[in-house]
Amino acid sequence: MMEKRFIVTSSPHLSSTSTTRHIMLDVIIALLPAGIAACVMFGWYSAVLIAVTVVSAVLFEYLFRIITKRENSIGDLSAVVTGLLLAYNLPPKFPIWMAVIGSFIAIVIVKQFFGGIGQNFANPAITARIVLMTSFPTAMTAWLTAYDGVSSATPLAMMKAGTVLTPDGPTILGALIGNVDTIGCIGEVSRLLLIAGGIYLMIRKVIVPIIPLCYIGTVGLLTWIAGADPVMQMLSGGLILGAFFMATDYATSPTNALGRVIFGVGCGILTVVIRLWSNLPEGVSYSILFMNILTPLIERATFPRPFGVPRKGKEVAKS
Amino acid sequence: MGFKGQIAALFGLEKGVHPPHYKNTAKCATVEMPAPERVVVSMLQHVGAPCVPTVAKGDSVAIGQVIGDSTAYVSAPIHSGVSGKVLGIGEIILPNGTRTATVEIENDGEGRIFEGVKPPHIHSKEDLVTAVRASGLVGLGGAGFPTHVKFALYKEDCIDTLVINGAECEPYITADNRECLENTWDIMNGIMIMAEHFNAKQTVIAVENNKPMAIAELTKVAKTCSTEGHRICVKSIPAQYPQGAEKMIIYSTTGRKVPPGKLPSDVGCVVMNITSTAFVSRYLKDGMPLVARRMTVDGNGVKNPGNLRVTIGTPIKDIVAFCGGYTSDANRIMMGGPMMGLTVYTDEQPVLKQNNAILVFAGAGGEKEPEQPCIRCGRCVGACPMHLAPFELYKAYLRGDAADLTKKGVMNCVECGCCSYICPAKRQLTQMMRLGKAYVKKQGGKR
Repeated sequence: MMEKRFIVTSSPHLSSTSTTRHIMLDVIIALLPAGIAACVMFGWYSAVLIAVTVVSAVLFEYLFRIITKRENSIGDLSAVVTGLLLAYNLPPKFPIWMAVIGSFIAIVIVKQFFGGIGQNFANPAITARIVLMTSFPTAMTAWLTAYDGVSSATPLAMMKAGTVLTPDGPTILGALIGNVDTIGCIGEVSRLLLIAGGIYLMIRKVIVPIIPLCYIGTVGLLTWIAGADPVMQMLSGGLILGAFFMATDYATSPTNALGRVIFGVGCGILTVVIRLWSNLPEGVSYSILFMNILTPLIERATFPRPFGVPRKGKEVAKS
Repeated sequence: MGFKGQIAALFGLEKGVHPPHYKNTAKCATVEMPAPERVVVSMLQHVGAPCVPTVAKGDSVAIGQVIGDSTAYVSAPIHSGVSGKVLGIGEIILPNGTRTATVEIENDGEGRIFEGVKPPHIHSKEDLVTAVRASGLVGLGGAGFPTHVKFALYKEDCIDTLVINGAECEPYITADNRECLENTWDIMNGIMIMAEHFNAKQTVIAVENNKPMAIAELTKVAKTCSTEGHRICVKSIPAQYPQGAEKMIIYSTTGRKVPPGKLPSDVGCVVMNITSTAFVSRYLKDGMPLVARRMTVDGNGVKNPGNLRVTIGTPIKDIVAFCGGYTSDANRIMMGGPMMGLTVYTDEQPVLKQNNAILVFAGAGGEKEPEQPCIRCGRCVGACPMHLAPFELYKAYLRGDAADLTKKGVMNCVECGCCSYICPAKRQLTQMMRLGKAYVKKQGGKR
């Protein structure tokens, strides 16, 4: 009888059950409730917009991989996440054809041109939002109130213009769960659900809370020092959405704890500077994009020291 | 995991990983496996220089007789575990790929014990070092470092803490756990001998908290042995792989960090595996060298898993046969745990001194999942106990950049497997680290 041969592999022979697809699925689960709430507030058109960006993002990724003769990658669901985030960054009545352009920019130009998942240097949804903002400024700032659909200015713009926030106007409760005066992009208005989604991601170990806490904390602290209303600042605009779901994007944020602190604080400082002292009412996307670009430098500066290597200038304890 | 551990885990500051424990055999008392008809004893069963056979074909040997030895300092003699006739000197490929000589012995079944086997006379510390060398003891936790080399450290008088490693962080393995439960007093006697030898002030017995029975047993006995001049404490450490790695266990028991390229003695520690510790005290009592050891046999590929006391040199197929044989589709055999163990292609492979487990697996799971692109999630960075950035090293390796690999610390890698385990893209990071280290050595040699 011939001797039985066994399979030989290189250790480790165990692997965790987590996969890229599982991670992306968790992000989708965490994002969905806020999207559904937005559809309730802004109406069916928002649902259409979300569907269009998601489908077009997946389609663009699929076509790009076919045209460039690469392995199909839509199975990792990252294009779905990008599509969702893009829609969440658009005003409720944004024209469909412009949204499709946004998907193209996010998936093809920002993500695939640089090599696909994990290789992009900037967050695709944020970059697409900024491109749309500079290309279609009117459409990108056509704000409507929830439920009634009346045109209005965002709370941040009102605060900037010095409008006193009346009890009828934007309130903390309104900012958290959304009411008739809620105004903003599709995905940013149900902040309580976004925070719940963020906590879900932390429990599932998809994200660590360093970046969101440093980001939101810095915004709160600096606006308080500057004499603005810190709570309204933290609960306005795209900060919650950006801090939990976009600043934590793996590919474009640092991989070690110290780097993440620097990244979060940097985003916070930039956001406050833009909000309080620039011409723009909101600065979350620009701050994150700017810190995305700094990420390789932060990584280099905070590269971890191997275990047991003393800090520079410090003696080894006993040798 | 305590509150502090939970917070660290939440913020991604926790090193290591949490593979499932699979300590299925924790309650299986050790079963003595009769010596097989034929043993194949490898001449390299330790870190260091291989031994040269001291017997020839046709020689008659007895249990405990030296059959291989070396004049090199870092080496340990090898003894016969059976009485019988030497069939010949052969050669095998060890699971790690090294070729080495073997001594093949046919068991005559008489069980004659070599007349030289008697308790050693210890009059000085030098005598103890000589005795430990003569016992053939190597680190039984898996590394196989010759123990007498550690014992010789007493000369430097630099050791204040003895760390007894009972972490057993690899999944499945319960051999050390059984030692704690079955031979608690041997462990304690071994600690007393070593503490006196090294003039240590304290001993920390570290056991992962997934072995509550072992911790309870050890704590009970340790209390009665602890004195003012030499404190013995049992420390329950979080069950977190690779807690049993030497540098990790020193850190989690004493808070001391062993710098790269340094030894535990540089921070005043000696680390001993818990089963090795117990062996020292047994050897001083009866003089029987290391010819058999306990190993865990487990996995879904073997019918009756358990803990066995196996003669060194027994081919794996005999062990599996003793455990009821293979299940129908058994296709993988590991020597050691699933995180760092080595797979073998044939069950003719004989067991070595440092093998603490034989795992047999059946069905799917042998094939590695295809690698996907790195998503830079940073989990490998978070998990690496040596604080490296495996994904960066992978990139440097693909570029063939030896300078960058060195700069980013590839040589510090202990190949624990955490990065490959945790990677959601299923990238073979640990495997690449091995290649990277070899590549750096080769490039360094060229210059």
